[in-house]
Amino acid sequence: MSKNEMIQITYREAVREAIREALRRDERVFLLGEDVGRYGGCFAVSKGLLEEFGPERIIDTPLSESGFTGAGIGAALGGMRPIVEIMTVNFSLLAADQIINNAATFLHMSGGCFNVPLVIRMSTGGGKQLAAQHSHSLEGWYAHIPGIKVLTPATLEDARGMLWSALEDPDPVLIFEHQSLLNMEGQLLANAGAVDIDRAQIRRPGSDLSVITYGASLFKALEAAEILAGEGIEVEVIDLRALRPLDDATFLTSIASTHRALIVDEGWRSGGISAEICARIMEGAFYELDAPVERICGAEVPMPYAKHLEEAAMPQVEAIVTTAKRMVRSNG
Amino acid sequence: MNAKSPSSLSGAQVDREHAHHLLHQMLRIRRFEEKSAELYTLMKIRGFLHLCIGEEAVAVGVCEALEPEDGVVATYREHGNALARGISASAIMAEMYGKQEGCSRGRGGSMHIFDDKTRFYGGNAIVGCGLPLAVGLALADKMQGRKRVTCCFFGDGAIAEGEFHESMNLAALWHLPVFFVCENNLYAMGTALERAQSVTDLVRKAASYNIASSAVDGMDVLTVEAAAKEAVNIVRREQEPYFLECRTYRFRAHSMFDPELYRSKAEVEKWKKRGPIVTLVKRLKKQGLLSDVELEQLEQQVAREIEEAVAFAENGTWEPVEDLTRFVYSERG
Repeated sequence: MSKNEMIQITYREAVREAIREALRRDERVFLLGEDVGRYGGCFAVSKGLLEEFGPERIIDTPLSESGFTGAGIGAALGGMRPIVEIMTVNFSLLAADQIINNAATFLHMSGGCFNVPLVIRMSTGGGKQLAAQHSHSLEGWYAHIPGIKVLTPATLEDARGMLWSALEDPDPVLIFEHQSLLNMEGQLLANAGAVDIDRAQIRRPGSDLSVITYGASLFKALEAAEILAGEGIEVEVIDLRALRPLDDATFLTSIASTHRALIVDEGWRSGGISAEICARIMEGAFYELDAPVERICGAEVPMPYAKHLEEAAMPQVEAIVTTAKRMVRSNG
Repeated sequence: MNAKSPSSLSGAQVDREHAHHLLHQMLRIRRFEEKSAELYTLMKIRGFLHLCIGEEAVAVGVCEALEPEDGVVATYREHGNALARGISASAIMAEMYGKQEGCSRGRGGSMHIFDDKTRFYGGNAIVGCGLPLAVGLALADKMQGRKRVTCCFFGDGAIAEGEFHESMNLAALWHLPVFFVCENNLYAMGTALERAQSVTDLVRKAASYNIASSAVDGMDVLTVEAAAKEAVNIVRREQEPYFLECRTYRFRAHSMFDPELYRSKAEVEKWKKRGPIVTLVKRLKKQGLLSDVELEQLEQQVAREIEEAVAFAENGTWEPVEDLTRFVYSERG
């Protein structure tokens, strides 16, 4: 295998390869969740892993989100490196007690006695017509909580590389895999490995406007940037990658050269991560701005089922293009 | 053991030295908590303070059955469990003072006693939230081929929580060495068991998950100890969970903010007559295993320990405010 050999792979396969690598590299790692074994995972991420690693490391659980997430925390305390899979972010609310009251607090509440080296993966986001109990974007809401880390891999590299870094982290890490990205296919280095989990990345450089986004919205922003480039507007697209810790240095530096910022977030506007990013821009780059910061967020409704309504409830390319044009053409 | 009539060893002969040890442990807890209540009124201890006075036999009897390598998960009413498990009175008192010499560096307080040396995983103040942790700790032991037992204390209130049922099911389904100890003091805060449960026989609930289970008189330390030892043996040997209901009673209020409107003074007095310390003292004296002088010596020993604990806490230091955000994430390097 040459150093630069590329393979064709989907996001789903990249996550599966990451789990497989972790299981091979560290015998303390195991996967725990509803239907991760025989069924192959509700989004088929873990398909084939049961056959390869056996039922003691690919553990099907009953429908007990709080119970098995807490068991993951306990196993982490007991020296294992569990990967807990929760089907969707909405279901994670059934485990919110364990995630927020236990995983996030144990190290601090115990004065440093007990850390929780746990990884929790879950799907997030809309676009699959799964309506209001399977499609929300609560990763920004989890990012509110000190004691956990919140990752939002958007690219194939991150889908492949964030898990190992998360497992090496001594504290609880939540990984949000966007449902609409699972079938995304592309080229990835055959020897792709661990990536950092605390820095934002500029996915497209530009000088006229900073678009700050993460998750599936990244690709809408990149598509919009391409259209805007055709009209002479150069957009810098920033992929946050992690919502906690939030790498504000990267977007503040970007704004210092573009002087305009647009936040694209599938989560709800009120009290969301977009509001936090906006506040940090006010605190750290107010005098750099030539125009007010703007936001394109999920509409403030529970996610509807009907396709046209679901699309209207989520940030779309057209809105990014229109807003970007208005912002750049306003004379600051 | 039969769930309907909790077993009791009240007539049995006991080893003198061991009986003194058990009495000593219960006295440590009782006097420690009496002192804590006093210090609370002096505002040395703040926040919520939940005393287990009346329930000492459960903590002592159960912890006697555990090995040093076993793990313990407890509730917010855990001073007794922590003392019986071997965490020093000084470290617990300093914790309640909020001093950095406390076992949780003053970041937990009365409700969050932690200690890695004794594998004491809290001090958990969300009712029921410790049970899944115990399941996971036992899962880790099983996966790593260790023959350790995880002992999980919880109250009767936790039985109403979903996490109890999820955890019982997981422990049974996965054959995990968890020793579930229900400290049934008849009240979830102010709500009596029969006002909270459609089925008040808790052993039946555990049995419905196919978990070996029994109930004992939680006011009798010898009975609790014998039952706990038998249960722990089963858990360790069979690598299966066990559920032990200890029927006990809290003599004091739920916390320091509880006028006790939900139960009668007569009921409390009736239970106090069955107090774990008075009954053990009476029995040992009757059997010629304890003299007044020996009792006095034990009391003095305990008084000295508590005096030292209070002095340790008084002399403890406040963690610098600059350290406020430490221990949110692990410190590397």
